[in-house]
Amino acid sequence: MKLLSSRLLLAAPVLAGSLALFAGQTNVTVAPDPDNAGLKLPAGFGALKVAETGGKARHLAVTPQGVVYVKLSKLLNGKGILELRSQPNGKATVTNSFGDYSGTGMYEKNGYLYASSDHAVFRYKLDAKGEVTNPTAPELLVRGLKVGSQHESKSIVLDNADNLYVNIGAYANACQEQDRTRGSKGIPNCPILDSAAGIWQFKADKLNQRYPDGTRYATGLRNVVGLDWNSQDNELFVMQHGRDQLHDNWPELYTDQQSAQLPAECLYAIKKGDNAGWPYLYYDPQQKKKMLGPEYGGDGKKEATGNYIDPAAAYPAHLAPNGLLFYTGSMFPAKYRNGAFIAFHGSWNRAPEPQAGYYVVFQPFKDGKPSGQWEVFADNFSGSAEKTASGRADHRPCGLAQGPDGSLYVSDDSKGTIYRIVYNAKK
Amino acid sequence: MTKQALLALALAGGALSLQAQHRPAAKPKAGTDLATSLTRGAVVYKNVCITCHQADGGGVPNMNPPLIKTEYVLGDKTRLVHIVLAGLAEPIEINGDDYKQHMPAQGYLTDQQVADVLTYVRNNFGNKASAVQVAEVQAVRATLPK
Repeated sequence: MKLLSSRLLLAAPVLAGSLALFAGQTNVTVAPDPDNAGLKLPAGFGALKVAETGGKARHLAVTPQGVVYVKLSKLLNGKGILELRSQPNGKATVTNSFGDYSGTGMYEKNGYLYASSDHAVFRYKLDAKGEVTNPTAPELLVRGLKVGSQHESKSIVLDNADNLYVNIGAYANACQEQDRTRGSKGIPNCPILDSAAGIWQFKADKLNQRYPDGTRYATGLRNVVGLDWNSQDNELFVMQHGRDQLHDNWPELYTDQQSAQLPAECLYAIKKGDNAGWPYLYYDPQQKKKMLGPEYGGDGKKEATGNYIDPAAAYPAHLAPNGLLFYTGSMFPAKYRNGAFIAFHGSWNRAPEPQAGYYVVFQPFKDGKPSGQWEVFADNFSGSAEKTASGRADHRPCGLAQGPDGSLYVSDDSKGTIYRIVYNAKK
Repeated sequence: MTKQALLALALAGGALSLQAQHRPAAKPKAGTDLATSLTRGAVVYKNVCITCHQADGGGVPNMNPPLIKTEYVLGDKTRLVHIVLAGLAEPIEINGDDYKQHMPAQGYLTDQQVADVLTYVRNNFGNKASAVQVAEVQAVRATLPK
């Protein structure tokens, strides 16, 4: 029996490999689940549930050797990072866990694994097998970052010049005198902006950095969870979580319906020194304009004035973009190359209107800029249309990572499912 | 430090919004009938609470706590009224899950509205508990800093 099963295990990847060769693909040996992990995907794609971790799986990273690391926003058995190793069929098991801090950020680059808590950034050395060599003694890169009781995630990414970019989210909705309180005005010269609501740049290889060691690379960004470096034109891209509660706090200016559709979730191309305008403005996707926020005298009609950047692309309101990944692999068809995948965690701020999101979107790019209409790429994480509408989703996509073979990994921070999406793999 | 500051801010905020109120006393005879109170409470819930606590009262994971069969909703009415009037500026844990988003003070609601919406919440979403009376809201409001 044991002999038989190991033969079967051996035979499956060989068979799949030869089929894949016929299809003009290489390295495709993983087997999608018969139901594609419950996901709805474009033709030719398949998906499997790599593992059910049971953790609040935020961002994840895959090493060149295929080892998967997952950051948890709540400790699981006292640990905040999971290590998973895959069998040839793609199914993985948790082989190690370490890190006594919770958080969101997880990124791999040049032999290091970077991880963040809600107030610090660490890194671990990876060996030739993709294993962390110092699980109990990471290097502390950055500490003392601001954290409140909302937008706590310190999402991280590196460029190609040893710089580390860290999101520090605004610990408020719209910088009101009283947060999220009906009719409360915005604080002039919002004091949050000096230490949060932006992207900070630090060195990726320098220890014990604090605010004075870093640079406020971009400001006026309410909260960024998904961000990635676009190596094609050497530029940072971020997905902002737009402001909430236009109706709740300004019922005389916005209806429930308007509040559900405003503002857009925005993709920004970020250059050093850029200001995206939070808390003074929000982006109206219907009017395609930057509007003055009601906290600062706006009424839904007045445009914002000032030197604020425009979004590179806009998406429906409140969908909560938690993951952004530029696809550089060769497994997927050519149209996906250098385009962006965006994991929309799903809304809560549309009630009493139906909730929306809980999917992974593909945004085509050309020459480093969004080009053409975005499309839903992987849908039905929620389990059904009813569960999407009620917000009671089974799974909520959060982190995105690309495997060495070009597979797309997606984490779910609701049940801890790790998904892997492949192209043209045979069942 | 941050928490204290936020708490202070919330308290100050509560005081400010109270100061701005010169609310007439609740209309006589209102709120004596449970069904009427529930009907009015549903309206308040939809206008004020639904965004964060959701149509099914289940809240939002990690952010806004559920209102379904929790000690906060079914237990001490004084604490419950206080949360609505003065807000809640500290994370709470319910069934092992943490909810971090602050509850803004809703002191601008009338005593009748607070009584109605809490009566509604305590008798919806699978909950069954006694109604909240206007006098109970008045008593809590009287303890808040003016």
